[in-house]
Amino acid sequence: MSEVKSTIEKVNAGLGKRYRSEKMFQWFGIISICFGLLCVLALFFDIIGKGHSAFKHHSIEIPIMFDADKLGITDINDTKQIYSANYDGVIKASLRELFPNVSGRTEKRKLYKLVSNGSYLTLQKMLLEDPSLLNQTTEVQLITDDDIDTYLKHFVGKESEFERIHAEQVEWLATLREEGRLISHFNTVFFQAGDSREPEQAGIFAALMGSFYTLIVTLCLSFPIAVAAAVYLEEFAPKNKWTDLIEVNINNLAAVPSIIFGLLGLAIFISFFGVPRSTPLVGGFVLTLMTLPTIIISSRAAIKSVPPSIREAALGIGASRMQMVTHHVLPLSLPGMLTGTIIGMAQALGETAPLLMIGMIAFIVDIPGSVTDPATVLPVQIFLWSDSPERAFTEKTSAAIMVLLAFLIAMNAFAIYMRKRLEKRW
Amino acid sequence: MSLTDTADASTGLAFGDEPSTVQENSSMDVSTSDIPETAVGQPLVSDPKMTMRNVDVFYGEKQAIFKVNLDIARNEVIAMIGPSGCGKSTFLRCLNRMNDTIVDCRVGGQIELDENSIFDAKLDVVSLRARVGMVFQKPNPFPKSIYENVAYGPKIHGLASGRTELDEIVETSLQKAGLWDEVKDRLQEPGTGLSGGQQQRLCIARAIAVSPEVILMDEPCSALDPIATAKIEELIAELSENFTIAIVTHSMQQAARVSDRTAYFHLGYLVEVNDTETVFTNPSHRLTEAYITGRFG
Ligand SMILES: Nc1ncnc2c1ncn2[C@@H]1O[C@H](COP(=O)(O)OP(=O)(O)OP(=O)(O)O)[C@@H](O)[C@H]1O
Ligand SMILES: [Mg+2]
Repeated sequence: MSEVKSTIEKVNAGLGKRYRSEKMFQWFGIISICFGLLCVLALFFDIIGKGHSAFKHHSIEIPIMFDADKLGITDINDTKQIYSANYDGVIKASLRELFPNVSGRTEKRKLYKLVSNGSYLTLQKMLLEDPSLLNQTTEVQLITDDDIDTYLKHFVGKESEFERIHAEQVEWLATLREEGRLISHFNTVFFQAGDSREPEQAGIFAALMGSFYTLIVTLCLSFPIAVAAAVYLEEFAPKNKWTDLIEVNINNLAAVPSIIFGLLGLAIFISFFGVPRSTPLVGGFVLTLMTLPTIIISSRAAIKSVPPSIREAALGIGASRMQMVTHHVLPLSLPGMLTGTIIGMAQALGETAPLLMIGMIAFIVDIPGSVTDPATVLPVQIFLWSDSPERAFTEKTSAAIMVLLAFLIAMNAFAIYMRKRLEKRW
Repeated sequence: MSLTDTADASTGLAFGDEPSTVQENSSMDVSTSDIPETAVGQPLVSDPKMTMRNVDVFYGEKQAIFKVNLDIARNEVIAMIGPSGCGKSTFLRCLNRMNDTIVDCRVGGQIELDENSIFDAKLDVVSLRARVGMVFQKPNPFPKSIYENVAYGPKIHGLASGRTELDEIVETSLQKAGLWDEVKDRLQEPGTGLSGGQQQRLCIARAIAVSPEVILMDEPCSALDPIATAKIEELIAELSENFTIAIVTHSMQQAARVSDRTAYFHLGYLVEVNDTETVFTNPSHRLTEAYITGRFG
């Protein structure tokens, strides 16, 4: 009896220490999490702070007279003429009309610089859609030049800090604002256009489509290959030295720096097999190599986590191995496999280095229409813009990062949702 | 039932206060030298359902079963008892080749089902398992609906030609397993949502849905409370009219209650096989006696 008591006493004596160490461990965990959260928050604040303004843009509303003579159009049904018409002249005339006092070549050039030099495209599009506009006057919103937009967004009242704006332009803009001709609106160009040398005309749509096609190729290749490999290794392969070797190599592959895959892709796919460079197709091939180990490893873990009792149950009533796998193991491990796949895809979406090696860093203005069109991808686009000196590009860099992050978060959230939905309890 | 009573009486010693005279004997040596070359009693019967000759089982280098010779008669319930780790499960799993699924498990010797070798290349292991079904120690329903659980076997073996026939099979199987009344209103609910005893009966229903000839049960009641156990035992008695049943159990009372014959295993050897009554009232071998009187195990 006394021995029992002394045991209890011993336990009680040690309890304080045990609780203390538990508390300490908890605090340590909480501090780590807070630190992580703080870093994420700082990142988000920084990027959103820098990038949110890119989602807005200023336009100037001016009355445009589609003068057939000035445009040089003799036959409105001739689309060739519409394409090659002199829209710049019409725009310049309208601007001169708004500010009749402006004289002198340099002054005028400053005036014309208010609107983007790609504005002619807007008019061209309007006329193509509605030829009856010819010889009519309509109010048209033309997007401002990137320097003007930057000034309007960040330097109104602080003109001295921004040397790319001229005093005259400041005045004109003030007049335009008074007349209600200065409009701030959602930047649709950013989501509809490809890259451009002019920041106000540059968008991420080409890069988005490039990323989309690349990921589609990656997904279509890596998911079936990885699942087949994982199922074979887990369920059918004999356990011997060879499969051990394969296992070690798969784990090694997961740790290989991604740029190596880029070099491999360059050597094998482009040089040897002649897959066109710079295309989502070859990008997808390379990213497949990169994501395969990730998906194989997570799929194998998912398959392993299916309780052996379920396999025994299936085999015990006479299911063949294949039936056991397809009827029971695969459905039960699918959530884990999908999670792994989506995480692999998210990795692929953010991957830059290997794509630089296979020429996906090209300056892409046209929106890619298929997997064999030259394309770039979001992270590479970010890389390209971050290299440009214009302030508007800095803003766009952050905005593109926001878009990329949004996609990553959406993909990861989808992964969690899928896992929750498909997960079965037993 | 006198059989049960006598068995309970004889094994009662193991759980009550044993007389000190037995205590003295319990220090006796139970080394392999005591184990007979061939099992004592009556391991062989005429017109057997299954026969095993010189069955050896190895896990890698380690031998788990040594030269076992045993027949299982038609429509009998044979119980396998023995100390933990003596190879009962291993032996049972030979009978429908479940050991094939274990890496580096090797089975030697001859096993026949209705005079056909189960290792015959012509006999598919899938059809063998359809004929020799298995119920496991831990209830292991599929994480699917109750209906799906029972219907799965008939579906993969193509036993039902239509939905109504399948419904019928599911209903009769559940009825035979004594579960129908409890689940008939919730066939679409997950099988994993049932209680432990219900799950085990569901697993039995799943096994009998493919109309096997032999049912192997590996400690089917070890995870269940006494009431659920009683239900399963009743069920075994009913099933023995149509099926041949081999059951592994740790409870000697259970062996005494449900089985016609009892086989005692020791360290991978089959030591004694006899009528259950004989084994429990008048065991021939010293080791059997020591075990059923509770001196080791
Ligand atoms: N998968 C395995 N790999 C290696 N050895 C095994 C394996 N399964 C069983 N064994 C060994 O084979 C021997 C017999 O095991 P088995 O599971 O058949 O015993 P048992 O009689 O069923 O025991 P219990 O009553 O505890 O269930 C034991 O020594 C065990 O360690
Ligand atoms: Mg066992």
